[in-house]
Order: sequence, then C-alpha cells, then structure tokens
Amino acid sequence: MTIKRLSPEELLGLDRFEVDESNPHIIVDKAICATCKARPCLVACPARCYRLNKEGEVNFEYAGCLECGTCRVVCSDGGVTSWNYPRASFGVSFRCS
Amino acid sequence: MSDDTFDAIVVGAGPAGSACAYTLAKEGRSVLLLDRGNSAGAKNVSGGRLYTYALELVEPGLYERAPLQRKIVREQIMLMNDRGATTVDYFDPGFGEAVPQSYSVIRAALDEWFAGEAEAQGAMVAPGVVVDGLIEENGRIVGIRTGEDEMRADVVVAADGVNSLLGQKAGLFPDVKASAVGVGVKETIELPDELISARFGVKEGEGAARVAIGCTEGISGGGFLYTNKGSISLGIVFNPEQAGRQTRHIQDIFQDYKMHPAIHALIEGGTSVEYGAHLVPEKGYHGIPKQLSRDGFVVVGDAAQFGINTGLIIRGMDLAIVSGLAAAKAIIAAKQPADVGTLYRQQLEELLLIANQQAYQNFHGIFEISRIFREYPALANDAMQFLFRVDGKKPKPMLKGLLDIVKRNVSFGKLLGDGWKIYRHI
Ligand SMILES: Cc1cc2nc3c(=O)[nH]c(=O)nc-3n(C[C@H](O)[C@H](O)[C@H](O)COP(=O)(O)OP(=O)(O)OC[C@H]3O[C@@H](n4cnc5c(N)ncnc54)[C@H](O)[C@@H]3O)c2cc1C
Ligand code: SF4
Ligand code: SF4
Repeated sequence: MTIKRLSPEELLGLDRFEVDESNPHIIVDKAICATCKARPCLVACPARCYRLNKEGEVNFEYAGCLECGTCRVVCSDGGVTSWNYPRASFGVSFRCS
Repeated sequence: MSDDTFDAIVVGAGPAGSACAYTLAKEGRSVLLLDRGNSAGAKNVSGGRLYTYALELVEPGLYERAPLQRKIVREQIMLMNDRGATTVDYFDPGFGEAVPQSYSVIRAALDEWFAGEAEAQGAMVAPGVVVDGLIEENGRIVGIRTGEDEMRADVVVAADGVNSLLGQKAGLFPDVKASAVGVGVKETIELPDELISARFGVKEGEGAARVAIGCTEGISGGGFLYTNKGSISLGIVFNPEQAGRQTRHIQDIFQDYKMHPAIHALIEGGTSVEYGAHLVPEKGYHGIPKQLSRDGFVVVGDAAQFGINTGLIIRGMDLAIVSGLAAAKAIIAAKQPADVGTLYRQQLEELLLIANQQAYQNFHGIFEISRIFREYPALANDAMQFLFRVDGKKPKPMLKGLLDIVKRNVSFGKLLGDGWKIYRHI
C-alpha cells in the first residue's frame, strides 16, 4: 500500500506469465553479442531480459519478456537473429494496462 | 463467399481490428477475428486516452456501451527538473459535455469489450490464436496459417500492431526503425477513486490527463499520467535509439519519475498492480509506409504506423479505429478483392485520417531538438523559482535575473535557433 521504487524483479513480479519452457520465442546469438560494442539492448529492454554476466558477456533470458519488440528494433549488430511472439497461451497476459 | 472462405480474416483484436470486424459483421459479411492474447487486450499496453469521435464514426452512441474510465476535463503539461515541476493545468468542463471528447481507458477491458461487440454483430472471434504466416497463391494473399491450420478469406486485414510481422511477411514494408518508434513503459497503480478525484480536482467520473517533459534524462520522449476509475496509469515513452546510446536503464529513469516528489504526492498510498511495455509509432505522416495493401491484403492501425504525437496530444487508438473502419468500408464497397487497396486509400482520405496525419506532419522534427527534454524544462523551473522566491535578500532586477537563468540553461543563439526550428515545424 505504499509507493516505492521497484526492482526489476518486483516490476515483473506484478505481471502474469506463462513461460513456454521448451520454446524461446526470441533467439539471440551470443557469439554476435560478444563482439557487439554498443549493446543498446542492455538499457532499452523494458524487462531487462538482456544482462551482463560476471564475465562481461550479454546473457539473454526470455522468461520475463513483455513482447514489446524493442530489442529487435534497437539491436545494432544483428545478435537478435529471430524475433517472434510466444506460442498461443504463452507469454505475458496484461489485466489492467 | 464459398463455404470455407471468409469474406475477411482480421488478425489482431486491438481497436483497429475490432472496428473493422464490427463494421463488416454489421453489414452481414462473414468475418473471423483472431488475436494471440488469451482474451482480446491481454497483450496490449497503451497510455491511454481514447478520443471518442472515432467510436462515434463506427456507430453513434457506441461509446456509451464501452468500459470507459474517466472523461478527461483537465489537460495538464508538467515541466520537470530534478527538484520540482511547473504544471500548466487547463480545465475545460466543455470537454466533458454532450459527447465527451475523450476518456481514459484500460486496454484489457476496452479490447475485450470491443471484440465482444464485433461478435454480437456476427463476427467469429477466436482469441488465443497466433497467426504465423500468410497463404499466397498466384501473387494474391488468400488466407492465413496458424500452426498446422490454414484459413482462407477474400481479404486478410493485418491489424497486428506496431511490430506488424504480417505486413513484413506480405512484403509491404521492411521492419520499423528504432528511430521511428517509441518504447513505452508503464505502471498501473490502484488508488481509491475518491482520492483520485480529490487529488486531481475533478468530480466523480471526470479525470485528468498529464504529459510530462524533462523526466527522460534528456532522451527524446516524455512521461504521461492518466486518471482511471480507481487507478492511475503512469509511464514514460522513450526514443529507443537514444535510450540505447546512454548508460542508464530506462526502468531506472522511469522509477525516478515515479518517485519524483511532484508525481509521488499524486500516487502515494497506492498499490502498483501491473508493469507493461509496448512500442508506439512516433514518426507521424512520414512514418506511414507507401504501400498499405496488395491483392487480398490490407494493413490498418499501428501496423500501418498511423499515429500522432504533438508532445501534448498522443493519438493512436482513434486512428486505429478510423483505419479499421476505412478498411471495412473498402471491403464492403469492393466488387472484387483487387479493388480493396484503392478503395481503402479513398476511405482514409474521406474519413480525414490522412488530413489529420498531414496536419502534424513536421512535428516529429521538433523532437530532434534535444534541449526540449532537459534544458528547457529546467529553465522553466529556474524561472519560476526566481519569480516566487522570497528570502529577504536583495533580489536581482527582474529582467537581469531572468536573462541570467536563460543563459545558465541554454545560450541565446541556441534559443533563437530552436525557436526558429519549432516555428518551421508547426
Ligand atoms: C505507452 C503508450 C501510450 C499510448 N498512449 C495512447 C493514448 O493515450 N491515446 C491513443 O490514442 N493512443 C495511445 N497509444 C497508441 C495506441 O496504443 C495504439 O495506436 C493502438 O493500440 C493501435 O491499435 P491497433 O489495433 O492498431 O494495434 P494493437 O492495439 O497493438 O493491437 C494489435 C493486436 O494484434 C494482436 N496480434 C499481433 N500479432 C498477431 C498475430 N500474429 N496473430 C494474432 N494476433 C496478433 C495483438 O495481440 C493485439 O491485440 C499509446 C501507445 C503506447 C505504447
Ligand atoms: S521484446 Fe521487449 S521485453 Fe522482450 S526481450 Fe525484447 S525488448 Fe525485452
Ligand atoms: S544489441 Fe544486439 S548484437 Fe548487440 S549485444 Fe544486444 S542483442 Fe547482442
């Protein structure tokens, strides 16, 4: 009942997801990301699905994807090799947006 | 139509698709309306505010049945800096009279309702279906594919939104550019209805819409706030290209905006209940692809990149509805599917969608002035602080004080240049 700054996890925790465990709807080629300098996906994906791991590599996790399309349009080096919507009945379901 | 061929298959039950399916079904056409959400609206995020005239065009009085939130009678523009905010508040009860000009809306409710209206007119509505391909025969689009299934129609209407994978598959246009869209992030915050009315100075059922400038760390874009029934929609739209070039995550900038004292005071005591994100067409008239149809196929709404953003007004849902209506009228008037494209163009003109897009066609250029998103809002607040501060010390002469503030934030040369640029673009 109070408004506070929400962490990335808390923000996604507000939403309802049905994760398609066996089928990623977005495919990211780590080898391409490894040589990518600009990496706009790291700050522009509203769900923070793209993060740097300890080794400084770009890690992609599709589970919290909000299906907006931002990564596809900002990707500078073509690391997002395939972008689709999740299969029927999977992904996020908004109730009050 | 033959037994297993629909007059039209409409892909996407957003405002564009449902307006199209509604109109076709009402004319007795066989329509299949598909959406990938478990229910229509489940995948959709908007600001948002819907301008009522569009529903009136589909059918007078239709809006009275819609699950609308509050009729907007307060239009607010907030210029922010780190410390405070200067808000212009235009109250016009006339906006709420007769057919109210606009309402705040929640898409899950609005879209499900509109698809239901199309169904009541006789459209076949199927949520939970992802269309993943088109069937093409002899250069014509004759249907859609979903998984193993194929469905056929004289015309396929792509109402599949800003990412329009179908429009791309049909070869009408390449993928949208990052510079031509905005990425919107939004929290829905529940708050008692009476509290909302009191905080925004409106009566029950009436509401405020606010745009905020200066909350994007200098990135081209702006904040928004809409009052709903028992909730507030709060968000920011960023130019993704510029967002990607700096180092702060857009989520963090958004949380700063939410926690800014001028915003926080309005939502305090509320509960965050949802976080969403979505792209929005930002280029206006110049973003509309040259080709909006081919034999057996038309694109409507965001898929056609219709949209108007003047910085003060944001329009997409109304244009989606008008274009869906235009496509339906074209399909109804066409003697053969091949005629639909030309008739659709004519309808877009007749329904004044193109004229509306053209009226603001150069506005996008204004947003190339980066100072609009940081320096000018800061200047406005510094000026206000100078005008209102009383501390017993010797005040600077008025004119000198104000000129100093201008100088501190922008140079006079830039100010003149920007003024000229804005003048040329409006
Ligand atoms: C943050 C933000 C704020 C906005 N604020 C406003 C505002 O205040 N006022 C305003 O008028 N506009 C606003 N807009 C713009 C407005 O939301 C859009 O213009 C409008 O939603 C477009 O409607 P549409 O029907 O064309 O597309 P959408 O509403 O995007 O609907 C497309 C539908 O197609 C479905 N779909 C997509 N692909 C497939 C597929 N392959 N198979 C099956 N189904 C599919 C989706 O599930 C979706 O339901 C805003 C947008 C954003 C992002
Ligand atoms: S579609 Fe949007 S939410 Fe999903 S990974 Fe891409 S940028 Fe992130
Ligand atoms: S911008 Fe594209 S290529 Fe670069 S790191 Fe991100 S996903 Fe990989």
